Amino acid sequence: MSSTTEIQGFSTESGSRRADRVRLFAQPVAVVVIVGLVLVWAFTRSNDSIEAESIQAGVLLDKTWEHVLITLVVAAIVVGIGVPLGMVLTRSWARPVAPLFIAIANIGQAAPALGVLVLFFLWTEWDGLWAAALPIAFYSLLPVLRNTIVGIQSVDPALVDAGKGIGMSSSGVLFRIEVPLAVPLILAGLRTSLVLAVGTATLAFFVNGGGLGELVDTGYKLNRVSVLVVGAVLAVGLALLVDWVGALLEEYLGPKGLT
Amino acid sequence: MAENVSGVEIQLENVTKRYPGTREPAVKDFTMTIPAGKIVILVGPSGCGKTTTMRMINRLIEPSSGRITIGGEDALKLNGDALRRKVGYAIQQAGLFPHFTVAQNIAVVPGLLDWDKKQISERVDEMMDLVGLDPAVYRDRYPRQLSGGQQQRVGVARALAADPPVLLMDEPFGAVDPITRGNLQDELLRLQLELRKTIVFVTHDFDEAVKLGDKIAVLGDQSTIQQYDTPEAILANPANDMVAGFVGAGASLKQLTLLRVRDVDYHDDALTVVAPDSSPSDLRRQMTEKGKTYALVLDARKRPQRWVHVRDLSTASTLASVGRPVGDMVSTQSTLQDALEAILSEGGNAVVTGSRGEYVGTIDITTVTDTIQQLREEHDAGSAAS
Repeated sequence: MSSTTEIQGFSTESGSRRADRVRLFAQPVAVVVIVGLVLVWAFTRSNDSIEAESIQAGVLLDKTWEHVLITLVVAAIVVGIGVPLGMVLTRSWARPVAPLFIAIANIGQAAPALGVLVLFFLWTEWDGLWAAALPIAFYSLLPVLRNTIVGIQSVDPALVDAGKGIGMSSSGVLFRIEVPLAVPLILAGLRTSLVLAVGTATLAFFVNGGGLGELVDTGYKLNRVSVLVVGAVLAVGLALLVDWVGALLEEYLGPKGLT
Repeated sequence: MAENVSGVEIQLENVTKRYPGTREPAVKDFTMTIPAGKIVILVGPSGCGKTTTMRMINRLIEPSSGRITIGGEDALKLNGDALRRKVGYAIQQAGLFPHFTVAQNIAVVPGLLDWDKKQISERVDEMMDLVGLDPAVYRDRYPRQLSGGQQQRVGVARALAADPPVLLMDEPFGAVDPITRGNLQDELLRLQLELRKTIVFVTHDFDEAVKLGDKIAVLGDQSTIQQYDTPEAILANPANDMVAGFVGAGASLKQLTLLRVRDVDYHDDALTVVAPDSSPSDLRRQMTEKGKTYALVLDARKRPQRWVHVRDLSTASTLASVGRPVGDMVSTQSTLQDALEAILSEGGNAVVTGSRGEYVGTIDITTVTDTIQQLREEHDAGSAAS
């Protein structure tokens, strides 16, 4: 990553390609094993009626699906806003206002996720999926926005010059050179955003958005440790899986020829 | 002039570039005619505005005022992108797109011009052949998988892909090692012999300018033209102290690289003898008759073999092994610099050979110094008359 850019990007690299490879394989295996063991334990122990109401395949699948759905919606919003906004903010005419947008996104991330969620609820009085997804998207927008900007800014200016010099239009240079070369950083940002989103989605139940947070909440309030553990382990497992998907995207969607 | 010139004339008239917020313009009132089919080198110290001047020709930088025509067409009236598709552009370190293969890089401009796929593909192979890269091997490689010299070749191929009449080159060989640079320069000259484009070439290396340029423009601050002439004329007679300083020490030595042995009066009066047809005693008699102390022994195909001193002959039984072997030779194609090197290492006389390696004469140090002297006088007379 270029050290000359004033804005630094988020990096998800461990510094060793071999370690990354091992992780790519080991991470999903570990998740499947741990989640499997916990589920086997939860389903085979003698559950009382309150526990049984939560610990059943239909409910767990529903909650997991809600959680995944929030994450997907957030990812769509973050990519849909962060990448185009980042592209616009790197145009020479928009450079002066870039720090303003970065500052706004910074506020989104600096404020506690729960606070953003509740304030948004109080302001709009919405509830459900969108009431959860929109503030979470605001909260996790920064990595994608910032990495898009940094990624485009760190493209070698000689390549932009070469592109223009041989007759590419400005949009040609942007879409054929700058954006493709920024893709690795954009994907690293997306992966960070996704991890933030999947973690924060456990708070969605506060605004009636569902998700695995509901199990944690139920287990806690009704003092049923098994429900709490199942909810928490599923949430952690999902976060690790999402991170793994992010790693896969980084591995296979990046431009060829760079290494 | 050769009839297959594909380049066109470029004219810059009173071109000025003034950046907002600066008192002095970066390029001031620049007027120059770049003849069709020639290589013109803009050379000058860093920051003198030579790159800015070149980049105004394809309008990567818009001139503040003035007129630029390319082949009679007003460059400032065209759409900038359309103009740049018709002007080849090659830069330092090639500027290849790292995520495009070699073929994709070369195909960019034909693609922008909407050529059909088959035509582009054929053109890519043709260009790769032209710059000496085997398409079967390199077509699908990425730039990172090529050496610096190979990348630079692809850069030139990309610049030439759409067959533009004009080629702008911004220190294209600045980032490669000296040996590769020499090869690339030779290749550019070979290409130019075939293509006859109008090439504007920016460099800060005067030796490169001398080697490549049909004409050289030495530029000072704000791109003011200090001298615009052939390399020979600039070397023989620098217009002012600034040019002289830029030419640097060794102008005479540099001049030697511009002259070929065939262009100078070398001697052809050495006593020669063809080895199988003659004996040491015959040769000795001939040498005494003509008053020569040295003779050159040739083989049956008249190729120079050995130098013989008259002293060596008294004891020798055959000419095949007498005297000492001929060392460095030069051909009529060689530069005077090569000739001087051979003269120095041979210690007086260097043998000149023809196209098939046969003896045609000898050259010595006075031939070289006389030639330089004569050039000086010609250019002095020329500038005094004008």
